Amino acid sequence: MELITQLIFLIVLVAGIAFFTYNIRKVIRNIKLGRKVDRSNNSGERWAKMGRIAIGQSKMVKKPVSGILHIIVYVGFIIINIEVLEIIIDGIFGTHRILSFLGGFYNFLIGSFEILAFLVFVGVIIFWIRRNVTNIYRFIGNDLKGWPKNDANYILYFEMVLMILFLLMNATDYQLQLNNAIGYVKEAGIAGSFPVSQYLLPLFEGISTASLIIVERTAWWLHVIGILIFLNYLYYSKHLHILLAFPNVFLSKLSPKGEFDNLQSVTNEVKLMMDPDANPYETPVEDGETDVPEKFGASDVMDLNQVQLLNSYTCTECGRCTAECPANLTGKKLSPRKIMMDTRDRLEEVGEIINKKGKFEDDGKQLLDDYILREELWACTTCNACVEACPVGIDPLSIILDMRRYLVMEQSAAPNELAISMTNIENNGAPWPYNQMDRLNWAKEN
Amino acid sequence: MAEALKVPTMAEYMAEGKKPEVLFWVGCMGSFDDRAKKVTKAFVKLLHEAKVDFAVLGTEESCTGDPAKRAGNEFLFQMQAATNIEVLNGYEIKKVVTACPHCFNTIKNEYPALGGNYEVMHHTTFLKSLLEEGRLTVQGGKFKGKRITFHDPCYLGRGNNIYEAPRDLLRKLEVELVEMRKCKQNALCCGAGGGQMFKDAEPGNKEVNIKRTEQAMEVKPEIIAAGCPFCSTMMTDGVKGKDQEGEIEIMDVAEMIANAHDL
Repeated sequence: MELITQLIFLIVLVAGIAFFTYNIRKVIRNIKLGRKVDRSNNSGERWAKMGRIAIGQSKMVKKPVSGILHIIVYVGFIIINIEVLEIIIDGIFGTHRILSFLGGFYNFLIGSFEILAFLVFVGVIIFWIRRNVTNIYRFIGNDLKGWPKNDANYILYFEMVLMILFLLMNATDYQLQLNNAIGYVKEAGIAGSFPVSQYLLPLFEGISTASLIIVERTAWWLHVIGILIFLNYLYYSKHLHILLAFPNVFLSKLSPKGEFDNLQSVTNEVKLMMDPDANPYETPVEDGETDVPEKFGASDVMDLNQVQLLNSYTCTECGRCTAECPANLTGKKLSPRKIMMDTRDRLEEVGEIINKKGKFEDDGKQLLDDYILREELWACTTCNACVEACPVGIDPLSIILDMRRYLVMEQSAAPNELAISMTNIENNGAPWPYNQMDRLNWAKEN
Repeated sequence: MAEALKVPTMAEYMAEGKKPEVLFWVGCMGSFDDRAKKVTKAFVKLLHEAKVDFAVLGTEESCTGDPAKRAGNEFLFQMQAATNIEVLNGYEIKKVVTACPHCFNTIKNEYPALGGNYEVMHHTTFLKSLLEEGRLTVQGGKFKGKRITFHDPCYLGRGNNIYEAPRDLLRKLEVELVEMRKCKQNALCCGAGGGQMFKDAEPGNKEVNIKRTEQAMEVKPEIIAAGCPFCSTMMTDGVKGKDQEGEIEIMDVAEMIANAHDL
């Protein structure tokens, strides 16, 4: 009997981890569909930034209420997972509270897990109220209607249930130790301390030891299965940030926010144009590259770079970007959060095609128009408020810019007035139809 | 004020075999926009006052390409950049100062990879350094005690992390500096960046500059100080849109300093 439960535990554990790994490999494969981008420079600065922003949550606390609640849930999540280590050892070897030999330190650990679990539970309830009851701008946007809203709530329910199970498991364990139940009671005395779950003990009055063991075992099993289900739910939800936030911050742009990348493909063209010795009729040197000229900008996810695609998987749809976006705040369609959600949705769609057919085949859809509308792209003021607001270093602006580049350079589809001002720049060196020769006239005017 | 402003050009300096201490990059707004031209002139007066040896490119200056780049026309941007860099490198320019955060950002951050390496300063930072070197003095004068709020330009603030230089200058003017609810890193855009200046806004329920003006009005300023010709224009329009033009003035920080000096 013992051995069978150990075996079942092992199978559940391996299956849970294996399926998660399988999905994560799909995520990695999808991200690699993007263009390569070199972010290997300044690794010291990158580690420091990751320490500050991802591990240290420095940007989360810019909004103190949600920031502090998030830190509680984040710390709780990490610390309580130490308990999972014990659960795994106990499950595999058929032991019970194997780490209790640590004595006073063990009691301290379990006690702090309990307090954190309680705080996480309260935090998650407040999160749920903020999302579903109060009128917080970033939680009532159109881009959250339907699945994204449900998804967010499912995650909160998951966390509530996991915390309840954890506390229930501890409470029954404590009661069983008090009852001197075989397998629970330790020679050294009570294992663990139960500052929170002790208050649940009155619930078990009059319940037999046998029934209590059933409750304890059920809570234990559901807790560990729940964790595995939650782990696997990450891929299907917006919640991958708990893993991806770290590499995402590490790989985020270090240069000033105002600096936008210069397209190398354009630099080459411009050099060729300005070179008096260049022969435009010269046959290009065969260098083994495809002779299809590189596409300027992005109309689909494969045109974006790998960091932008990682950004889309990292986004947890908190909406701090959208709540700062001048276009969104004045009623325009643009929402930087939606840019990230659309990018991920389209990338998943492309990934599904690859899953089914082995490679990507044109499905007649693309990120532009089918997901992100031109009206959204043209509403951006490139003010960087969204980039500044993101607590995990996501850059929605870079995607907007790449898509504008496609519209302008591949399709000549800039809004008319903008196209006129660009023609003016080209002809007169200013966005208006003034003569460049009049550029110093101001000095003579009074 | 009948006397015309003395504005030397690089070509004149070159002809005399001289090199100025700094190139003043005027920018398109600063050259052509009526409101921004006043800021340009105010800044030139301050340069003279501080005895800064400067020159402008004049007719050899051309748009940096900022609006084109941010509208997606990388090609046009790089053409502009290549032409400007050729001119700047031809004159062996080392140091550039500009009153436009867009020009500042583009030349400082995006030109180096294309072969243009200069020390680039925004005029507020430059003026601050003149103060620190003792070449320019600033007193409160007519602005002393006035309630003033500073609107952070995106490409100076978030774009390049410069928040204090313009505020330090305002403090020197002994004004009562009040901050908007949304300021510094969290400042709201005026609505002009990314090429928006040159097109109509997408359908929405409000103009961005009106929204920003409302935020400024919350702190009841007598003057909204700015550091960007685009912001100045947008905020001026915003104040008109809210029928506040009699109550609230929009002034560039350089203009305020020149004004305090009665220049």
